Amino acid sequence: MIGFWQARRIPLAWLLLTRQPARLAVALAGIAFAGILMFMQLGFRDGLFDASVTIHKLFDADLVLLSPRTMSSIAMAGFPRRRLIQALADPDVIGTTPVNWNLLLWRNPQTRTTRSILALGYEPGDPLFTDAAIARKADRLTQQGRVLFDELSRPEFGPIATWFRQGRVVETEVGGKRVRVAGLVALGPSFGADGNMITSRETFLRINPNTPRGSIEVGLLRLRPGADPAQVAGRLRRMLPSDVSIYTKQGFIEFEKNYWRSSTAIGFIFTLGAGMGFVVGCVIVYQILYSDVSDHLPEYATLMAMGYPLIRLLGVVAREGLLLSLLGYIPAWLAGQGLYALIRSGTKLPVAMQTDRALLVLALILAMGLGSATLAMRKLADADPAEIF
Amino acid sequence: MVLLQPSVSVHGLDHWYGSGGNRRQVLQGVELTIAPGEVVLLTGPSGCGKTTLLTLIGALRQVQGGRVRVLGQELAGSSRAERQRLRRRIGMIFQGHNLLRCLSAEQNVQMGADLLPGTSYRARRAIARDWLRAVGLDDHLHKLPGDLSGGQKQRVAIARALAARPRLLLADEPTAALDSRSGREVVELLKSLARNEGCAVLMVTHDPRILDVADRLVRMEDGRLWADGSNDIPAA
Repeated sequence: MIGFWQARRIPLAWLLLTRQPARLAVALAGIAFAGILMFMQLGFRDGLFDASVTIHKLFDADLVLLSPRTMSSIAMAGFPRRRLIQALADPDVIGTTPVNWNLLLWRNPQTRTTRSILALGYEPGDPLFTDAAIARKADRLTQQGRVLFDELSRPEFGPIATWFRQGRVVETEVGGKRVRVAGLVALGPSFGADGNMITSRETFLRINPNTPRGSIEVGLLRLRPGADPAQVAGRLRRMLPSDVSIYTKQGFIEFEKNYWRSSTAIGFIFTLGAGMGFVVGCVIVYQILYSDVSDHLPEYATLMAMGYPLIRLLGVVAREGLLLSLLGYIPAWLAGQGLYALIRSGTKLPVAMQTDRALLVLALILAMGLGSATLAMRKLADADPAEIF
Repeated sequence: MVLLQPSVSVHGLDHWYGSGGNRRQVLQGVELTIAPGEVVLLTGPSGCGKTTLLTLIGALRQVQGGRVRVLGQELAGSSRAERQRLRRRIGMIFQGHNLLRCLSAEQNVQMGADLLPGTSYRARRAIARDWLRAVGLDDHLHKLPGDLSGGQKQRVAIARALAARPRLLLADEPTAALDSRSGREVVELLKSLARNEGCAVLMVTHDPRILDVADRLVRMEDGRLWADGSNDIPAA
């Protein structure tokens, strides 16, 4: 530290930037803009992928059984419910929950228009979600035709939560059958479904008369504490017939995300958007650094004439790029936070400033600054100390 | 004996600009020797090659023909890195002062002192302050070049050149932008400071008011160098 203090020199890069406040402000605004663009695009992308598994994350399960024909949460296929009872033969499996899963048409009781809602059906006594508040409301479903409505659903389903809280009897149609809202739960819309409702298996089958009684779409398995889910999954795969696929809970989440990632253009579009931000930022930083080097060319030539090696001057330009990146990242990060709050309230997508994304954008901005500096350095070759006499 | 070795010795120096049919000779068989501590003034009409000679001795250009030996280093066939290292020991004062606009007077001079090896930041700043005091600018340490007058800027440039403790000082019309009184002051300062530091000075000038500070006058015409006062004997 002492050695550094003794060896330190005049902070030329810092002074070059700060003694031209107007240019610095333009540069920082440009970098911040590029950073915000990247934060926004990557935030939307990750938010959409995360939003596709809002419900998946809530299940009280260690392992999940699906039909091999299931492609994603919007295209669920059924498999025999018996497989859950067979799975109970494994000593590590201590509980199961059969779940019916389907997208149904919900009629908005105010405007009478219909919209697709994700309906889950289960035996009200079984554990379904890890959230105890939801479990407490399960007994309200024992009566036929009762549903729990997700109050975080998009407003297009009607003012259900408001009406319910006012004490009104909220009745509407789901899949053409009359249902009554027996309570509110907080789940959150996902990418495949704008809203959610939970009902008993009996009501679910009444609404979906075509679903065979012995068929379910999702089977939740709970394991003895300390059991290794991957090992149990391996044993079940050998034991059960091939009409079920077995996932760990994390595998179930990844399976869903992977569908949106690989089968849709979402990932490509938003990654491209972030790439655009990167390119725009590169152009801005390059322009700023290039004109900065051009404006100070006689001064750089003077330093060369004084005996400063070219590498020192290249270092000055590199440090300018580094400083611009770091200074520009701060407003980009702050604006990113604000933007995410805006997205959360406007779209109900679960977008937050995650550390890995914050670091990714920082790395991209640094690459932008240093890459542009490297290009701007070529202008330094024009600094000819022989020309300044 | 180091003292007897000349600071600058130039033999049969030729230089051309351009190439092919446009090739034009600007220096022809230049001979020049400068001893340590000697102040030599170079005069001549513009375009006669004075500045070219200065840049060649200052190791700013590659030598094309002839031999140039500066501070014990042969410049003919020298590499870029060798010339860059040699330039650390040569102080240069430019017609257009060429201060760094974003640095204060003190910081500009310290850019010169920063070239001294093995000195601490504090020591280099002290050197910068001492030189600014020596040129009479101790009240203007923290001013930017834009806030200084022409004469003050030129004196900062001189302090910067001397702060690197050069063994040879090259100056191109250091008084061109100054009025006669401050021009005189600058040259006197240059001479006394150079004398005290024991370094050789080669100064290009058109200014007749300062010719008397020279130990020796040389005159250049059409790329040839003549000792002043005679038009037929090349300067030794």
